[in-house]
Amino acid sequence: MLLLQQLINGLMLGGLYVMVAVAFTLIIGMLNFLNFTIPALFMFAAMMMWATMTGNLPFGNDFLLSAFGEHHIWIAGVVVSIVSICIVSLIIERFTYRYMKAKYGDATEHALPLVSSLGFLIIFEHLVISQWGSDPLQIESPFGDATFTIGSLIFSIPQIISLALSLGIVFLLSHIIRRTKLGRALRSIAERPDTATLMGVDVLRIVPVVYVITGLLCAISGILFTINYTSIDAYIGDTVATVAIAGMVLGGLGNVWGAVVGGLFVGILEVFSIYIVGADFVKVPIWGLLLLILVLKPTGLFGHSAIGKGKF
Amino acid sequence: MSGYVEAQLIILCLSVIYAYAIFLPAASGQLNLGAAGFITLGAYASGWLNNADGLGLPMGVGMVLAMLFVGAIGFAISLPILRTRGVYMVLATFAFAEVVSGIAINMEFLGGAAGMPVDAHAPVEIVVAVAVAVVLFCFYFMSTRLGLALRSIHDDENVALLFGVDVRTARVVAFTVGGMLAGLGGAVYGHHYNYVEAQTFNVLLSIYILLYVLLGGTQTAWGPLVGAVFFTVIPEIFRHVAIEMGSDWLADSRFIFFGMFIVLMMVVRPEGVVTRTMQDRCAGFLSGRRGRARRAAE
Repeated sequence: MLLLQQLINGLMLGGLYVMVAVAFTLIIGMLNFLNFTIPALFMFAAMMMWATMTGNLPFGNDFLLSAFGEHHIWIAGVVVSIVSICIVSLIIERFTYRYMKAKYGDATEHALPLVSSLGFLIIFEHLVISQWGSDPLQIESPFGDATFTIGSLIFSIPQIISLALSLGIVFLLSHIIRRTKLGRALRSIAERPDTATLMGVDVLRIVPVVYVITGLLCAISGILFTINYTSIDAYIGDTVATVAIAGMVLGGLGNVWGAVVGGLFVGILEVFSIYIVGADFVKVPIWGLLLLILVLKPTGLFGHSAIGKGKF
Repeated sequence: MSGYVEAQLIILCLSVIYAYAIFLPAASGQLNLGAAGFITLGAYASGWLNNADGLGLPMGVGMVLAMLFVGAIGFAISLPILRTRGVYMVLATFAFAEVVSGIAINMEFLGGAAGMPVDAHAPVEIVVAVAVAVVLFCFYFMSTRLGLALRSIHDDENVALLFGVDVRTARVVAFTVGGMLAGLGGAVYGHHYNYVEAQTFNVLLSIYILLYVLLGGTQTAWGPLVGAVFFTVIPEIFRHVAIEMGSDWLADSRFIFFGMFIVLMMVVRPEGVVTRTMQDRCAGFLSGRRGRARRAAE
C-alpha cells in the first residue's frame, strides 16, 4: 500500500514535469535547439503567482486585491502570470530564433540561440533575485489541504486537478499539431523552414506562436507547482527543468507523447529513489539512465531519428 | 597585492583554465556542457591523493596523477559520447556532470555532502603559473597539425574527412585533453581553497564556462582568454562603478545587464568577440606591409 501511495505521489509530481518536458520537446522538435529560457519562464511564472498572491508585485497590488477580493486573489495570480509570460515569450523569440535564421557560414552558428537563451536565463534569475532575494518564499495554498482517501490511499485534490489539467493540455496540443492548419504549418517548419517558406507558410508569424505555446505550458506548470508545493525560490526552474530534460530525452526528442511518458516516468523514478535510497542519491539513477539512453538509443523510446542531427 | 585583488586574480585564473578546457572540444565544433563534472573529478582526486587519510602524496604528484585520472575518465567517456551529435551531445555531457556530482555527494570517504578538506595549500603564485602554462599550451596545441585539424572539423566536418583528416581521433584527443585541463583546474581549485564541495560545481558553473568560450569565440585560441577575462573582470568593474555612483541597486543587478549583454552580443557578433578575420587584421596591422600584402592576396 505504501508503495502504491509512492506511485501516486510520483504520478502527481510527474504531471508537472510533463508540461515542462513537452515545452522543451516542442522547441527541439520544431526549431531544433535546446531552449534554456524554459527554466526561466517556469520560475518567473511561479514567482509572479507568488508575488500576486502575497501582494509583492512592484505595482498594482491594491488594484488586484480590490478587483478580485481576498479569496479569489489566486485567480489574479493566474492571470498576471500568464499575461506576463506571454509578453516575455514574445520578447525572447525576437532575440533567439530571429537571429538563428542569419547564416554566417560557420559550424557554431547554431549555438547562437542556445547562448542567447542562456543569457535570458541569467537575466531572469537575477531580475527575480534583485527584486525578491534568493531565499525560499512561501505562500498559503488557496485550497488548503483538500484531500480525499480511497482505502488508505491519500489523494490531494489540487494535485489530481493539475495532473488532469496537464494531460488535457497535452492532448489538446497534440490535436492541434495533428489536425489543424496551424499544426500543419508547424510540422512543415519542423521539417525544413526554407521549404515551408516557399510553400507559403509565414514562418516569422508561426514561430512566435510556438514560443507562446511553450511559454503557456511553463506558466501553467509553474502556477500549479506554486499551488501544490507552496515553497519556491529563484532557482526552482533549474531544478525542475533538469529533471524534465531527462524525461524528454527518455521519451525521445521532438515527440510530445514521448515527453508525457518520460515526464511521468522520471516523476515516479524520483519519488521512488527518494523513498528507497534517500534524497541525496536521487540524481544518480535519473542522470545515469539518461546518459545510458543517450549513448545506447539516442532517439529515446518514441523519438524521431531526424531530430537534433544539426550541429547544435 | 591586496586581499581583494588577489581573490579576484584567483577567480580569473581558474576561469581561464576552465575556459580552455571547454575550448578544445569546442574548437572542433562540439559543445561540452559537462565542465563541472571534470572539475569535480579533478578536485576530489587531487585532494584525496594528497590528504593524510588518503594516499598522502606530495601536492604536485597528486595534481599530475589527478589530471591523468580525469584524462582517463574523459577518454573512456569520449568514445560513447562522441557518437552523439548536436543537442544530444550537449545533453550527454550535461548528464555526465550530474552523475559525477551525484556520486561524489554519496561517497562517504570523500566527505559526502559536507565536502572534503584538502591538506596542502597552493599559493597564488602556483595558481597563476598553472593558468599561464595552460594558456601557452593551448596556443601551442592550436598551432600544431592537430590544432589545424580541429579547426577544419569545426568549419566543415565532411570536407575535413574528405581531405584525409582523422576526424574521430582528433575529436577524442580534443575531448580528452580538455577533460584533463578541467581536472587540473579542479585540482588547483581544491588546493587553493583547501576545501572541495560537490555542490559548488553545479550546472550554472558549466553554463558559465561554456558561455566564456562561445562569447570569446571558438575560432582562435584568443577567444576563451578574452571571454574569461571579460566575464570575470567586467562585472566586478561594473560593481565598483555602481557603488561609486552610490547605487546599490545597480551593483546588485549587474548580472541583469550582463545577461542583456550576452543576448546583444549574439545579435552583433554571433561568432564571439575574437574571430579569425579579426586576428588576421590585427596581425596585419601590427606587422605593417606584410599584413597589407596578405590582405591584398586574399
